[in-house]
Amino acid sequence: MRHLLTAALTRDEAIELLDIAEDMDQIHERDQKKLPALRGRTVVNLFFEDSTRTRSSFEIAGKWLSADVINVSGKGSSVSKGEDLRDTVTTISAMGVDGIVMRHGASGAPNVVASWIPQIVVNAGDGTHEHPTQALLDAFALRRRIHGDASRGKGLDGVRVAIAGDVLHSRVARSNALLLPALGAEVTIVGPPSMLPPGIGTWQAAHTTDFDEVVDSRPDALMMLRVQLERQTGTFVPSAGEYIGGWSLTPERFARLGGETLVMHPGPMNRGLEISSVAADAAASLVLEQVRAGVSVRMAVLYRLLAGRTDS
Amino acid sequence: MTTLVVRGARILGGDAADLTIVDGIIVGVGSASPAADATVIDADGLLALPGLVDLHTHLREPGFEQSETVATGVRAAAAGGYAAVFAMANTRPVADTVAVVEQVAELGRRAGLAHVQPIGAVTVGLAGERLADLGMMARSAANVRVFSDDGHCVHDAQLMRRALEYVAPFDGVIAQHAQEPTLTVGAQMHESPLAGELGLGGWPSVAESSIVARDVLLAEATGARLHVCHVSTAETVDVLRWAKARGIRVTAEVTPHHLILTEEEVRGYDARFKVNPPLRAAGDVDALRAALADGTIDVVATDHAPHPVEAKQAAWADAAMGMVGLETALAVVQESMVETGLLDWAGVARVMASTPARIGRLDGFGGALEVGAAAHVALVDPAGRTPIGTEHLHGRSTNSPFLGRSLPGRVVHTIYQGRQTVSDGVVA
Repeated sequence: MRHLLTAALTRDEAIELLDIAEDMDQIHERDQKKLPALRGRTVVNLFFEDSTRTRSSFEIAGKWLSADVINVSGKGSSVSKGEDLRDTVTTISAMGVDGIVMRHGASGAPNVVASWIPQIVVNAGDGTHEHPTQALLDAFALRRRIHGDASRGKGLDGVRVAIAGDVLHSRVARSNALLLPALGAEVTIVGPPSMLPPGIGTWQAAHTTDFDEVVDSRPDALMMLRVQLERQTGTFVPSAGEYIGGWSLTPERFARLGGETLVMHPGPMNRGLEISSVAADAAASLVLEQVRAGVSVRMAVLYRLLAGRTDS
Repeated sequence: MTTLVVRGARILGGDAADLTIVDGIIVGVGSASPAADATVIDADGLLALPGLVDLHTHLREPGFEQSETVATGVRAAAAGGYAAVFAMANTRPVADTVAVVEQVAELGRRAGLAHVQPIGAVTVGLAGERLADLGMMARSAANVRVFSDDGHCVHDAQLMRRALEYVAPFDGVIAQHAQEPTLTVGAQMHESPLAGELGLGGWPSVAESSIVARDVLLAEATGARLHVCHVSTAETVDVLRWAKARGIRVTAEVTPHHLILTEEEVRGYDARFKVNPPLRAAGDVDALRAALADGTIDVVATDHAPHPVEAKQAAWADAAMGMVGLETALAVVQESMVETGLLDWAGVARVMASTPARIGRLDGFGGALEVGAAAHVALVDPAGRTPIGTEHLHGRSTNSPFLGRSLPGRVVHTIYQGRQTVSDGVVA
């Protein structure tokens, strides 16, 4: 693995990363949160789209590994136009950095950037395409909750995961739909018919538009996706009321889950829209564990791609 | 008096003959004994085709000279075996007035390597709101007969109907870029499982076929001629087949790239493969080839669309749409249609020379290589395969999807108005 552009990893590659993340995760228990692994390495967080949690998570991950981390924002600066992408990344590349973590609004932008520069590229979210570290942290949090300290070496075999909401526009859903089946999970995709991507039938996942049926099947985990209704009302779904009526994890639906189903959300949450506070804050909610896992998984990714490299 | 003798070329792939050309006219087909001062081209083993005619070329001048000019575009055309190109109207200013179409025609005359036949815009500024000066462009020195808002669909049904009605009396044709705009908001590639996987907005087939269905019915209602640009889907082929069986006056073109490339090329997000309409599925490619073979699609047109390097070295969504195609068109047709047994060389001459000239009402081009005809000839060596490099591209831009790919055959000589515009692969 040279870059991390996609969550389409083999089972072995994924488990290797998750196991490194297990090692990294122990740092949370320490007072002195600093490992020397990436001392002398420089990582640039190049974010062309707003992000708080992903960017901070990568920044903390890099710093805890002793890398020098620089944040470059594409928003509002001279690099906000697509035509400048190549200049921006080749300029940063020429400064002698070791790796670029990038988020961009265009699907596939990290793929082309990786072809332009010699450094490693980590995809921190590209358009409506992928968000591989999100899928890894979701898998990590899920595996930890299920297997605890015995997680190492394990996949998610037989774990039933439902991913619900605006799958069409979700890079989180795409990456999870690739990674979770590779780890042995049984994935079901559910959302309004207009928000299921073309070719959903070819995914390694079941799919349905009936969220109530999915709720009543009591999956092991239910991943609620953020929905941006301000952009999509009237064209993809008629109204917020229709969306909540059909696909929100309301207190009523949450109760029907019976308390065993783990509730996940990549954040930021629209409380009261795709997820109710009752569900988001329940004991079965994995939301904060996902955030913590984000740091561990991103440490693992940076370590895996950068430690010991001398050719960049 | 200048005499040019082409020795031993196989006419349309048939029997070898000598072509004797005097002052731009073919005066002998058969066995020639050239005078001492005649120029002789040894065409032993080469095919002779009528000089090709492209119904759909973007020459970018005026306005976008960093991408292409008339002078550089006709170099690319000559290199590809073309004797005439129809220049699309989406220049800046738009070719929606007599002044612009006459300027483009004049630039073509000065360049002198191929005939440049301007296409007029259907609507002012390609804005889709008011008809351009269609009649005046038709009566101008540029003698415009093809009108197109290419790049934009004339999506207002009433305006499309009026345009068809208006050009019918002078035998004009409306060349429609069939793309229902409301179905293609945010469209980045063919709508398909791959689009879902790559996270790119889909351009559904129905956005093309629904406009073509509407327009063939408008053509029937008005009795006017409709031409469908760059057909890309199997569904559109079905609509065209139905319309032709019904006797509707519709013609259609397919691009070389839609005959050979599929959406799979998009996988790497290399924007050289970004084009409008998008590369489609393998089933569409099969349907387009079959339609070209059986005449449902009438012609191959390049949609040669030059863009500077910067416009393609970008994230997919930010990159420009379009590909250059003049130099590689014949090779792609050889690979996709001739080597598959779907067309013979006479068929190639029909879809790349005679029919495009007839649709565009361009006299003196694309006809048979016979005594009395204007001497526009492409001499082609169909043997061998060549890896395409930038040295094979003669225009100003290099956004070819075929760079690095091997294609069959080679245009060795091109003759335009009895003069060699390409000699042993070198453009004059």
